[in-house]
Amino acid sequence: MHHHDPGPPALRRRTLLRGLAGAGVLGVLPALGGCGTDPRNDPLRITMASNRAQELEAAGMAAVLESFRTGSDYTVELNTVERNAFQESINNYLQGTPDDVVAWFGGYRMRFFAERGLISDLSHLWEGPLKGSFSDGLERLCTGDDGKQYLVPDFSYPWAFFYRKSVFEEHGYEVPHTRAELLDLCERMREDGLDPIGYGNREGWPVMGTFDYLNLRVNGPEFHDQLLRGEASWESAEVREVFSAWAELLPFHQPDPLGRSFDEARLSLVQKECGMLLAGLFVSQSFPEGEEREDLDFFPFPEYDPAVGTSAVEAPTDGFMLSADPRNPEGADDLLTHLGSLESQELYADQDPQALPAHVDTDTDRFSDLDRKALELIDGADTITQFLDRDTRPDFAAVVAIPAFQRFLRRPDDIRELTSDLERQKRSIFG
Amino acid sequence: MASHSTSPPPAPPSTTSPDRRPRGARRSGAGGTLRNGRGDRITIALMLGVPALLVLGLVWLPALVTVVLSFTRWDGIGGWDTIEWTGVQNYVDAFTIYPPFQPALSNNLIWLVVLFTVPTVLGMFLAVLLDREMRGGAVYQSIFYMPVVLSLALIGFIWQLIYSRDQGLLNSFLAFAADAPPVDWFGDPDLNLYAVLVAAGWRHTGYIMLLYLAGLKAVDPSLREAAAIDGAGPVRTFTHVVFPALLPINLVVVVVTVIDALRAFDIVWVINRGRNGLELISALVTSNVIGEASRVGFGSALAVIMLLISVVFIVVYVATMLRGARR
Repeated sequence: MHHHDPGPPALRRRTLLRGLAGAGVLGVLPALGGCGTDPRNDPLRITMASNRAQELEAAGMAAVLESFRTGSDYTVELNTVERNAFQESINNYLQGTPDDVVAWFGGYRMRFFAERGLISDLSHLWEGPLKGSFSDGLERLCTGDDGKQYLVPDFSYPWAFFYRKSVFEEHGYEVPHTRAELLDLCERMREDGLDPIGYGNREGWPVMGTFDYLNLRVNGPEFHDQLLRGEASWESAEVREVFSAWAELLPFHQPDPLGRSFDEARLSLVQKECGMLLAGLFVSQSFPEGEEREDLDFFPFPEYDPAVGTSAVEAPTDGFMLSADPRNPEGADDLLTHLGSLESQELYADQDPQALPAHVDTDTDRFSDLDRKALELIDGADTITQFLDRDTRPDFAAVVAIPAFQRFLRRPDDIRELTSDLERQKRSIFG
Repeated sequence: MASHSTSPPPAPPSTTSPDRRPRGARRSGAGGTLRNGRGDRITIALMLGVPALLVLGLVWLPALVTVVLSFTRWDGIGGWDTIEWTGVQNYVDAFTIYPPFQPALSNNLIWLVVLFTVPTVLGMFLAVLLDREMRGGAVYQSIFYMPVVLSLALIGFIWQLIYSRDQGLLNSFLAFAADAPPVDWFGDPDLNLYAVLVAAGWRHTGYIMLLYLAGLKAVDPSLREAAAIDGAGPVRTFTHVVFPALLPINLVVVVVTVIDALRAFDIVWVINRGRNGLELISALVTSNVIGEASRVGFGSALAVIMLLISVVFIVVYVATMLRGARR
């Protein structure tokens, strides 16, 4: 038998190599096929990417798409990706072969994609089937620098100070309307053994809400916009004023915010350990439906300067974009029109308690008191801002602003050095 | 025996030896050795060429592109024409106006030193103990090795339950046992790196233990017997006889530890995206390049710095290996 041995190993080697080459070719074939005739290029098929992965959000999307399916011949293929992963990969994703319809936000990031030609103009929908569906404020938010619309909004959620009615009743607290009243309330809460303001910032982004609102109240929305566009200086007296107002408020926040996640801060509001929490309406998701959720209320961020007032509201808005080169443009238009309709937005809001429909004709009768109040807050706003990480360059928000704010929370006394540091980095990034 | 039947009968009469080669791939005039040599050469060429191409295409080419990109300003969108050349500006920025960079460098170094001093020594110690075939050794071995099976990201989640300031196990225990005020394990930038290193070391210990355990099993028992006959105690036997015999394993451990320290990433990313005291170069590269930021040029510059640091260790390692091979 031994003389037989030299043969088979060589054979086996060759077979193996041939097999490997074959496998390589097989792996390449579908990719090549994708360039030519895609068997999936079905005129009745629309693809869609969504970042609404949480249970309630996914249920909302399912309800919306179900109602679309029953009203048309199209089938929608929905790809849902976890929120953070979606956000982090969207630049590459939009440059590859994106789905036809892509969920996204209003604000700077959307305008940026529009400018770079990564998404399609939707003004034919805004002037056509969706005409008159949204407020002027929302229209501005969905408009790119070229004056055309690039987003169909579907819901917003305002940021405000959330509190439990039962806690305020128990201690006889009044809702504060001014800076002095806010500080006074904090003082009283501390005497009553509460942490006045809940704070969790391990993730880095939550305290952007504090900065945004203080800047909006101290310097007004115009300066806020200039600052985030990179035009105004971070070294200015205005920004220093914001940080000193923040430093004044900081001792009333929960200690050690850098080690606490935002979810843990939400939990301390639920458990009545803190008196109030600056958060988006999504905080209501943490309260079980029924009595607990009805105990939740909010007040808008108080006035700091009577000349500036409180007419600016931070209300991030989510919506849908059309990718640059959709496979099925007609179908995508139909789907986007449906997503912009009142019916669809109400179906979504029924599932997800944080979502306030963007449509002007939204019927508030079916809302909870909290949602109605939140919608009134948005409707009454002169200026709607998104959130620092949506209103400015993402590289500035993630790489500069977050570490700077974290440093401020650790050492609130070196404002001068902090702001000059911020300005230096801003110049390098905005170029 | 099938080879006989497959070999073609019309073989030239010049060959006298019974043809034991399969399939008459024999060319006229070509000797057996030449034919075999050619087949082997093709095989060798393929077996070296394919991996070499893969390494070139997947390692060296991207590394080279990274170096090139590190001299540019680019947001990763659009073609090559949108790339703006900025010279060494990114490197200047990293060292001058990028506050997280210096902490990241020193944190990586601390990571390396701590991994070397604590988990490596502890892992070796555990391996020596377990090598003594005590009762239930396999159970202990599994317990110590368990964390290695888990990803660092998962370990991050597990330790969050322990380190959480308000609800964590550790603070609850400290409050119960010593009435201590809550400690901000993850938020205090002077503390959180070490808290995280405990978690990372917990995993690394098991890994090192297994490596040494494998090494110890391979040590010739007669060495120990000889040492015992010569009157050496267990400590002396280990330091003078067993440890020197473990040289190859020691080298592997050094390499593994350096690699682990340089690529440490997932655990700090899970906790706070590598900020506020947990800066690591890998996390800075990721948040600049992969994340929303898309500062491809600047992130590449950071990656090149990381590459240079790795190269120092690689050179030391390769030099040691070559010296060992020559001896």
